[in-house]
Amino acid sequence: MIAVLAVALGGAAGAVLRFLVDRLIASRQKRPFPWAMIVVNVTGSFVLGLVSGLGMVLGPVWTMALGTGLCGGYTTFSTAMVDAVRLARGHRGGAMLAMVLGTAFWSLLAAAAGMRLGAHWAG
Amino acid sequence: MRDAALVAVGGALGSLGRWGVAHVLPAGSLWHWPTFAVNALGAFLLGLLLEFLTRPGVESTRAHTVRLLVGTGLLGGFTTYSAFAEEMWQLVDGGDSAGAFGYAVVTLGAGLLAAAFGVLAGSALRDRPAAGRGDPAPALQRSSDAAGRATQDGGAP
Repeated sequence: MIAVLAVALGGAAGAVLRFLVDRLIASRQKRPFPWAMIVVNVTGSFVLGLVSGLGMVLGPVWTMALGTGLCGGYTTFSTAMVDAVRLARGHRGGAMLAMVLGTAFWSLLAAAAGMRLGAHWAG
Repeated sequence: MRDAALVAVGGALGSLGRWGVAHVLPAGSLWHWPTFAVNALGAFLLGLLLEFLTRPGVESTRAHTVRLLVGTGLLGGFTTYSAFAEEMWQLVDGGDSAGAFGYAVVTLGAGLLAAAFGVLAGSALRDRPAAGRGDPAPALQRSSDAAGRATQDGGAP
């Protein structure tokens, strides 16, 4: 039961955070490019790595709330893919490719850095 | 405030759904099917929803509500990029760089295809004559919100 609550509350907070970051970034943009989703997914991957690296220190409920809930709800795959398809439809294939591959690459590095740092802190 | 509440409720439900799928589908050692499954399914459904909701003119209150609750909240929360990134790294860290590369190619390829098919399905549903709103005019985008942002038409408010 506490696990369900942890995932639900974390997921709600994560989704709202993504919504706010997106509004903040999109409102400052001149040319539409899904910077917001790149920022969200890369930073969220870093934090999930951190949470996983800390693992034992946080305990199962916090790991669930922050990892599965917060980071899972904050980051999004579906929006990134739909944004990519929209770039392609707008004849911006180069931008699409840069966005898709760039997000994957930087998210991978961010997750790795987060895990290393978390494991380091956890001792 | 209302917008944030809609996103929060959707995000909670979507995250619970993702968590539920992870308990139903087995997590393989080579392929991480639960993450792949929610991401491919979510990409299809979000493409369908957003395209279906895209109509010329100002977005209706109802469309706005559905987009934030189901699109930004539920489907945004259902799918995850962080777990995908972490699983890729776990494969690399475990010495299986080829596996990580394959996982990335399959996930991104399937995600793009799923989103594209979703968009096609959504536009077919929207433009079907029986809908009674048979306005075949090119769709316009109006919003800058997470799940509904235009990337080709210019969406900044």
